[in-house]
Amino acid sequence: MSMPRFSIRPDELVFRAGTGSFALLLIVIVVAIGAELVKESQLSIREFGWQFWVTDVWDPVVGQFGARPFIWGTLYSAILALIISTPIALGIAIYISELAPQVLRRPLVFLTELLAAIPSIVYGLWGIFVLVPFVRALEVATPAWMASLPLFSGPPLGVGMLSAALILAIMVVPFSSSVAREVLKAVPQAQREGAYALGATRWEAIRMAVFYARTGIVGAIMLGFGRALGETMAVTMVIGNSPQISWSLYAPQYTMSAVLANEFAEATSDLYLHALVEIGLVLFTITLLVNIVSRSFIWSMAGAGTTRFRVFRRAAIKEAA
Amino acid sequence: MRSRWRRGLSSLIVVLCGASVLIALVPLALILFYVLTQGITSLNYAFFTEMPKPVGETGGGMANAIVGSLMVTGLGAVFAIPIGVMSGIYASEYAGTKGAAAVGFAADTLNGVPSIVIGVFIYGIAVLPFRQYSAFAGGLALGVMMIPLIMRTTEELLRLVPQSLREGALALGATRGRAVFTVVVPAALPGIITGILLALARIAGETAPLLFTAFNNRFWSTDPTQPIATLTVQVYTYAISPYADWHRQAWAGALVLVSMVFIFSVFARLATARMERLHQGG
Repeated sequence: MSMPRFSIRPDELVFRAGTGSFALLLIVIVVAIGAELVKESQLSIREFGWQFWVTDVWDPVVGQFGARPFIWGTLYSAILALIISTPIALGIAIYISELAPQVLRRPLVFLTELLAAIPSIVYGLWGIFVLVPFVRALEVATPAWMASLPLFSGPPLGVGMLSAALILAIMVVPFSSSVAREVLKAVPQAQREGAYALGATRWEAIRMAVFYARTGIVGAIMLGFGRALGETMAVTMVIGNSPQISWSLYAPQYTMSAVLANEFAEATSDLYLHALVEIGLVLFTITLLVNIVSRSFIWSMAGAGTTRFRVFRRAAIKEAA
Repeated sequence: MRSRWRRGLSSLIVVLCGASVLIALVPLALILFYVLTQGITSLNYAFFTEMPKPVGETGGGMANAIVGSLMVTGLGAVFAIPIGVMSGIYASEYAGTKGAAAVGFAADTLNGVPSIVIGVFIYGIAVLPFRQYSAFAGGLALGVMMIPLIMRTTEELLRLVPQSLREGALALGATRGRAVFTVVVPAALPGIITGILLALARIAGETAPLLFTAFNNRFWSTDPTQPIATLTVQVYTYAISPYADWHRQAWAGALVLVSMVFIFSVFARLATARMERLHQGG
């Protein structure tokens, strides 16, 4: 107790240094990723500067690299996926954490987790042979008044933005719903009981819980957004890989991750390679920012909540004993 | 009147929430249905034992890719397990300190890095300097992706171990290192191993980080310094090819991948449920 703070026992020091060096290695890897991406994209950064991000021409043959279509494709597909997946993910989180009968909860959690565990390549394979033909059939059946809207213009190819957004939405739902479920779990039971005591209906009580958890839920959705931004294989296989900027859901487009997957191994010149790495650098930076913000949202919510939750659980165990 | 409206709205929302569960289960059912039906009719003995046939010839299998996947995942595990487990121990032992927070933050960051970007990183440090795609580089890429998963699992499971166990060891005069490695870690070991297996199963299904690290190889290879075929990259190559027989084999590969993930998930779920019961009882 009265041991001076500055004297650390040698065995403690060995233990701390031993495990700490591995921990440090983990941190070093993350820093190295950023450093390596900056280093390997120097040629492109020097050559094009900001022009890289506002130019539409991507022509490796003449050495002209503009990344705007890829950024557009990545953001557009991820935002569309978010629009489709958010209500469904929220519905699932609320159903499992607030409404489902106890016997259904575990199996439902298992099923959504299974959906999250299916490899991206399997989604892509299914996308090519099942989803794309289905989307093509939908597109063929577009009524004339709809086809005149810019959102639905263009030939019915099947591959394109709509297929990409759908497959991303399917992949993001289990992810954001499971985080949202955790967040809802951290809402103190008293919040709901209070609402019921005041005569609230089921939905009104749930709304109180969701409102209490709002920051964390926004965080969960953003975390899903981060996933959608970086998702590679499934999108590459269904988006059509055509670098163009279009509002049309039917148009084949391209994403940052897809161009890396398709062209990286074929980059013939140093400038070409550096241009691709610069795309990787920006993808890294965007996902990093999205993740940091969403995690801070979730922590601000879960931090207080989980402690309280643990206290409740401990109390319950004591009562049972 | 007003309360009827409120109750009506409430029931409507309840129904909508239930419906969203069903909506999410539709693609799951469809994917499993297609992978099963297309996969089972395509999967045969030759798939596991034969080499890919040249373009145009039907038949053949993915023997080299299966071995390649095992090898690349194994290399990744060798690299990731020590770093993941040790930093997990650090994070749980020094929970609340700045160091632990920094490691946790780094792990979460790494977990959020898109897998294709990990591939670019490994290309820069392990392919470019040697001008050579290699199984080793592929393993490194998968390893980097495994580290945060293993680290977080280890940390969580160590925290589940009752404090009294550690205190008992310390009271008997054990040093911190001894208490951790001979008492605390063994108590959590079954869970940690399950977590590691789950991480392996997940990462074994990755394709993007292998495209330009392990690359691909039409031939039999177990040389870590040479490019190597993997199941996932092979499925990708076959899926985007124009040949019906290759499509068939891609479905077979997908079935193998999904079964692997499914078996590991069920196994892990049973194991964690057992862990929880064990600790809640004690």
